[in-house]
Amino acid sequence: MAASEAKGTDKTVVLEVFRYRPEEEEEPTFQRYEVPYFEDWVVLDALNHIKDEIDGTLTFRWSCRMGVCGSCGMMVNGDPKLTCAAFIRDYHPATIRVEPLNYFPVIRDLVINMEDFLEKLTEVKAWLVPQEEKPVSEGEYRQTPAELAQYKQFSMCINCMLCYSACPVYGQDSDFIGPAAIALAQRYNLDSRDGATEERAEVIFSHEGIWECTFVGDCTRVCPKNVDPAGAIQQAKVSATKDWYHSVLVPWGKRDVKSR
Amino acid sequence: MFMVRELTCLFVGGYALFLLILASRIGDADGFSALLQHRLVIVLQVIALPMVLYHTVTWLNLTPKVLVIWRGESRVSPVLIAAVHYFAWFVVSVIILWMVSMYR
Amino acid sequence: MVKSNEPIWWSLFSAGGVVAAFFYPVTIIITAIAFSVNWISAEGLRELAGHPLTRIYLFLLIFLPLFHWAHRFRYVAMDLGLKGLGGILPVVCYGAALLGTGLAVFFLVWA
Repeated sequence: MAASEAKGTDKTVVLEVFRYRPEEEEEPTFQRYEVPYFEDWVVLDALNHIKDEIDGTLTFRWSCRMGVCGSCGMMVNGDPKLTCAAFIRDYHPATIRVEPLNYFPVIRDLVINMEDFLEKLTEVKAWLVPQEEKPVSEGEYRQTPAELAQYKQFSMCINCMLCYSACPVYGQDSDFIGPAAIALAQRYNLDSRDGATEERAEVIFSHEGIWECTFVGDCTRVCPKNVDPAGAIQQAKVSATKDWYHSVLVPWGKRDVKSR
Repeated sequence: MFMVRELTCLFVGGYALFLLILASRIGDADGFSALLQHRLVIVLQVIALPMVLYHTVTWLNLTPKVLVIWRGESRVSPVLIAAVHYFAWFVVSVIILWMVSMYR
Repeated sequence: MVKSNEPIWWSLFSAGGVVAAFFYPVTIIITAIAFSVNWISAEGLRELAGHPLTRIYLFLLIFLPLFHWAHRFRYVAMDLGLKGLGGILPVVCYGAALLGTGLAVFFLVWA
């Protein structure tokens, strides 16, 4: 009895999955798996079916299965996607090719090494640096809804790295700080409570920062949370340009990017 | 499509070069007019026009990404920002055509 | 990492992009059609060419779009793999734009 019949459906779909086992082989291979077809299955469901019922050696990351954790990013038919958000019915009956995220080193099968991205998050100081430290007794750092609105869109980033896999600049030069890191830097720069805009400027206003970006816009296209990193980067270019002219035309002026 | 958008810069640069050559003949009305009536020059411009229009459309469509205006808790509609730029393009073009038409 | 001086080129690129976007289509229509179909007479053309505003207009439509081309072309060349040329690519691109601008100044302002 075929696996699909056991599950009560007679349709199947074929997944062609990237395999890489460094202890066994030097070169990656592709392995085909036939899994049952269900209207409501996503690629992640198919991968879990493979791991549970067909081939327990298949290795991949996943967690929330609902598009909020950012763990399950992979290339599906050449496009970076969260596999928990890629519905099988949108590809069926064609074969679905699943590969690890582009432009990151592969550790094993569908698992990539994300160290580069994590380092960049640290470099851009992707955390709140209060303008003035207040003891807890003095209460909260307050913010109006309008102030929150300024950075809210960029705060939606789930660090899934799909944007890095879509970015041709990052594909050519991994020194490029990249869409998510810059969008997150902007998230804090635009936060009224934050005071580290000038510190971040040293990193994101550098050549490897915003200036390598040529506004291809694919990062925004693939982002599952509508963060619009391309927009964040263009806004940063405007800020950086105002800052540069200010430093050139008014060299004795206050060194404070945020006030502009 | 990104590459097509980027390659429009060749036509922008090309037309700038043509305007430069035109400028070199600004004092010589016959040479100036001869250049404008040359068949190859006209053909090249006919090819350049759709590419330059593509530059305009892609450029104007991206203005909302660069021009972010806040009104309280929400952004001024990106569609409105682009529409204002399209309108300005139309107005500018009409004015230029009108000014040149005074010399007919 | 240090703050880049890229803003000078990016602001020229942007200004050039705006000038090309707003003024090039109508100007091409004028230069391609107006004179060849005799919408503008020879006498009208002579007057138009003599007007100082025409010189200013031509200068702006040469200077800024040249820098738009230079910046975009520099990055297209890099995308297509010419990165290995190192520092020479920006020099060639912006240098050409500067040369064109200098010539435009010479033709339209000096002469």
